[in-house]
Amino acid sequence: MASWGGLPIAGADRIEERDWRFEKLPELSATDSVLPYGRGRSYGDSCINSHATQISTRRLNRLIRFDDEHGILHCEAGVTLDDILQVIVPRGWFLPVLPGTRFVTLGGAIANDVHGKNHHRAGSFGCHVRSLTLLRSDGERYLCNLQDNARLFAATIGGLGLTGLVISAEIKLVRISSDQMEVEDLTFSSVEEFGALSRDSADWEYTVSWIDAFARNGKVGRGIFSRARHAQNAQALKPGGHGSSVGVPFTPPVSLVNKWTVDVFNRAYFWRRSQKKGLYSMHFQPFFFPLDAVANWNRVYGKRGFYQYQCVVPRAGGEEAVETLLREVNHSGAASFLTVLKEFGDQRSPGMLSFPRPGLTLAIDFPNRGESTKRLLASFDQVVQSVGGALYPAKDARMPGQLFQSGYPELSDFIPEIDPGFSSTFWRRVQK
Amino acid sequence: MNSEPRVLVFGATSAICHEVLKLYAVERAHFFLVARSEDALAAIADDLVARGAKVEGTACYDFNDCLQHGATVVRGQACLGEIDLVLVAHGSLPDQVECESSSAATKTCMDDNFTSTAVIVQAGAQQLAEQSRGTLAVISSVAGDRGRKSNYTYGAAKAGIDTLLQGLQGRFSGSAVKIVNIKPGMVITPMTAHLQHGAIWATPAAIAPRVHRAIAAGRKVCYVPGYWRLIMFIIRCLPTGILARLPI
Repeated sequence: MASWGGLPIAGADRIEERDWRFEKLPELSATDSVLPYGRGRSYGDSCINSHATQISTRRLNRLIRFDDEHGILHCEAGVTLDDILQVIVPRGWFLPVLPGTRFVTLGGAIANDVHGKNHHRAGSFGCHVRSLTLLRSDGERYLCNLQDNARLFAATIGGLGLTGLVISAEIKLVRISSDQMEVEDLTFSSVEEFGALSRDSADWEYTVSWIDAFARNGKVGRGIFSRARHAQNAQALKPGGHGSSVGVPFTPPVSLVNKWTVDVFNRAYFWRRSQKKGLYSMHFQPFFFPLDAVANWNRVYGKRGFYQYQCVVPRAGGEEAVETLLREVNHSGAASFLTVLKEFGDQRSPGMLSFPRPGLTLAIDFPNRGESTKRLLASFDQVVQSVGGALYPAKDARMPGQLFQSGYPELSDFIPEIDPGFSSTFWRRVQK
Repeated sequence: MNSEPRVLVFGATSAICHEVLKLYAVERAHFFLVARSEDALAAIADDLVARGAKVEGTACYDFNDCLQHGATVVRGQACLGEIDLVLVAHGSLPDQVECESSSAATKTCMDDNFTSTAVIVQAGAQQLAEQSRGTLAVISSVAGDRGRKSNYTYGAAKAGIDTLLQGLQGRFSGSAVKIVNIKPGMVITPMTAHLQHGAIWATPAAIAPRVHRAIAAGRKVCYVPGYWRLIMFIIRCLPTGILARLPI
């Protein structure tokens, strides 16, 4: 059981499978702790419980009830968003929030309160969870929603699996009439221009930007702004393929992502996307999940793995902070394959440790080059902290405890809700 | 098979079977589900209904209570009307070493993997004979193809099923009753959770479409994943003296 970044993180000593939702949690000795594990798509150590116990939820993969008149789906926590889309799309429904991969479980989407390209309109995943059932180490099952066990509900959304095992959850879906997206790509040449495009596009359901992190000199901050909405004309409702079409069969000894390959890729990508003029349509799968087409794409970073750095900075001072970070990436020569910028909206999730908040979020990934990568990311921390920003635990393997504490002011409300039998490597690390 | 197939399922809570049933649920199948555990069966039934199926009835009992199977087939027929498919998927994987010293373990293995299956298969086939049409599919195992020292007790039970199905294929040849023998290789399921999983292991979700196609085509034998056909061909060709020395 590893995490997506492939960093050298010690695994669990014991893996427990749960086949049925009515089963109990494993017995724990006084020194042991447990952490749920879905599909291991968190990048760092938040889904890992080194030298302790983990419960795999991959067999808790059953639907419980689908009310396709009102768009309410109740299912077990190990169901992936891919499984859900396969069932709901042909019946004219869609998930209200989708992260960049559909190969995450429902439990993982809740535990990390994931966000998507429509955050400015729909908020995060947790905003659409009607209720969830939590199995705690006292042996009890707790039905949690905004009325009942409301504190436990708020702690579990974005709660990194620390409040108990989510057994099942009920979510509200949204209607679609077509599997196609109407997309428009616009180029921008600075973070300021990005901000203007973002404000102009507030009535588009989905917006996201790719940044050319290798653009030199005056071009820092250039990128492609994509905005999209579901096509309205009733067409096909096909869920798309179930798996990936190609894959990276093995992990190369060294990272294939370096400044030369990224430079060539970025120039080509920028040129190709900037040639598209006006609206075009595409199936929702490549729009939402471009990287899912390549199974195990994380392996291209080689045996040492990679770090992803995702921060959110408030609107006030945010554009300057993002520009500073981009200049530092550029200056360092560290290769970032995928740099993504997005403006979060004002809708807050019930989650106490929810990452999305009003402001700009920037995600950058770096091949792991040991201490030099850590030093670079530590210098980013200072920029983020100086404007009152925060880092995303689902992507993190290294943030100092004090940055976590300053980024999550509701931590003191969260801590009493933690299940005493649950822990993670991430949690122990940020406590220090 | 028509667009809303009518399917009678024994061992509905098995992991491979559930993945296959999901594919029938998309076709808005009508199911009669039989299993041993009531809670697990309810979880499977909920899932299939949410995916678009209708569960017309269920039955829960110990499959070694063999005298019940005939009555269950009759009940299934009463709930479903004409049956398009009888799918038999239950079984258990014994520990070979334990079987060598324990009569009880050997008997349990035979009861779970041969006796109960044989009784269900006979009763199901009789129902299809009365209808003069329909498909009977059994999820058996590659283990029955050759006696190997690592799991010959289980293999013997599966070989018995193999022989039974061959006979039924003869009995129904030329008719509209099809007998399908599905032979999975190594599949990652709760039944095999305690074993070390390597490169030739497959997931239930990955093999289900091939099982579904084999049933639709009425194929006599179908290895899943497909590469097990080659592996078992080689194993069947091995001289006894060489097979005995291999650590399999």
